[in-house]
Parts: sequence; C-alpha cells; structure tokens
Amino acid sequence: MKNTLIILLFFLAGLLAGIYSLLPDIFSGDRVTLYVLYLLLFLVGVGVGANKHTLKLLRSVNLRIFLIPLSVIAGTLLGTMVYAMFDDSLTLRQCWAVGSGFGYYSLSSVLIKEIAGESLGVIALLSNIIREILTLVLSPLLSRLFGPFAPISSGGATSMDTTLPIITRSVGTEYAAISVFSGLVLTLLVPFLVPLILQA
Amino acid sequence: MAIVIVLLVAGIFTGYLLRDRKQLIRISSRLTDAAIFLLLFFLGVSVGMNEQVVSNFRYIGLQAFLLTVLATLGSVLMTGLFHRLFFRQK
Repeated sequence: MKNTLIILLFFLAGLLAGIYSLLPDIFSGDRVTLYVLYLLLFLVGVGVGANKHTLKLLRSVNLRIFLIPLSVIAGTLLGTMVYAMFDDSLTLRQCWAVGSGFGYYSLSSVLIKEIAGESLGVIALLSNIIREILTLVLSPLLSRLFGPFAPISSGGATSMDTTLPIITRSVGTEYAAISVFSGLVLTLLVPFLVPLILQA
Repeated sequence: MAIVIVLLVAGIFTGYLLRDRKQLIRISSRLTDAAIFLLLFFLGVSVGMNEQVVSNFRYIGLQAFLLTVLATLGSVLMTGLFHRLFFRQK
C-alpha cells in the first residue's frame, strides 16, 4: 500500500506539472518513456528469474492449478464485456485491455497509454489501482461468500505480492502458494495480453 | 510484441543467472521502483497536458470504478464456478 501511495504521488506531481506546463517541451517524455518502459520489462523479468520461490513453486505445480489464473482471465473478460455493453464511449477491446491489467497498474497503464493514448491510460491506472484496493478491503468478505479462491481471483496479478498478506489472513497460509502462482502467471501475461488485445 | 517477449525472457534468464548475487538483485529491484516512479510521473505529465482528459476526469473515474467492479465480480464468480467444477472432491 505504501508503494501505491508513492506512485500516486508521482502521478499527481506529473499531472500538476503537465496541467501548468511546468516542464520544458523536451521533457514531455515521449521517447524517454518508451526506453524506460523497455528497461522496466527487462527488470520485471529479472525479478521473476531471481526469485528462488518461483522455481520451487513451478516444480511442485500440478497442471490443475493453471485453472485459477485461467478463470481470472475468463471472468475478467466476461465482466468487462458486460461493462462495454453499457458504455458506448469505450469499445470492447478497450474495456478488455483495461481489465487485462489484473491490478498490475504500473505496467498496464503505461503500456496502454503508449498504444491507445492518455485517456485510456488513465482509466487503466485508476481501474487497476481500484482492483487492488477492492481486494485489500473485501478479501475477508469475498472468502466468506465465495470460498478460498475468491480473494486470490479478485487480487489478479497482485495476489503474488501486494495483496498476498491480506489474502493469506483471510483464507489461511495453506493457500499462499496458489496465490503466488496465480499472481505470477497473470503478472507475466499482462505485457502480452494488453498489446495483443489492442493491436490484433 | 516481439520486443516484449525478448525483454522479459532476457530478464528472466539474467535474473536466474544472477540469483545469488544479492547486491545486484537489490539494485535491480530499486531500479524497478525508480523506473515505475518515472513512468507514472510522465504518465501524469502527458495526462495533464491533455485538456480533454483533465476536463473529463470525474467521468473517467466513474468509468474506471464501474468497469473494475464488473471485472472483479466476473473474475470471482468464474473462479467460483471453476472451483465447483474442477476442485471439489466427489
């Protein structure tokens, strides 16, 4: 949560700088953004590769566990499709792309902004932060209503790190491995799914 | 698309090879944070310079909220369905 606040502060600082034109034109950042985004993708990979739990987890996995992140993807696409039917200002692809951040707001919002512009980028940023907050707040309720996988599902990509503590507190530590696994699969899929949905 | 795959895979291999170099991994994790902060700052800048987005911010916020509620609900219900179909002991 602390990181989310810091990130929001950076976003707000940028927002103010943009609104009041505080930066010289050279710093509008378009080219910088692209290269930093590439660096970020590489570093996300480094983080995954260097994590000792990842390998151990993958060795112990039985194939059925893939059904959890798969159901998160299917459910998210379905839910955002329902939304798209009611909102004429966004296309189905745009709604799917925003949903396919699965709570991974930093990467998804920047990717979406690069491909589809500022407006959808902001929606993605807000939407995916909201998904993390909903999970933090609703985990206990979700697990009581819908069972132990519900908070993991709601957390999406964040169930491997930021929402993991609240998830294990709501459903028990025996679900921690599944939670990390589902979050990891979704985290790795975000940079593929988002461009695929918007560009294919 | 292709460059995304290349960068991620190259990162995973690099991370795997360097997994015991604690110092380097810590630097990489700091750099990740810095890259995210920088990107979100610039996202803010380009949003701030886009008057159309700024003047519609409330509406955009509402869109994001409703879309997310449906995305999360769909996801939770679908996972519940999968749980019932594939994980219940018979």
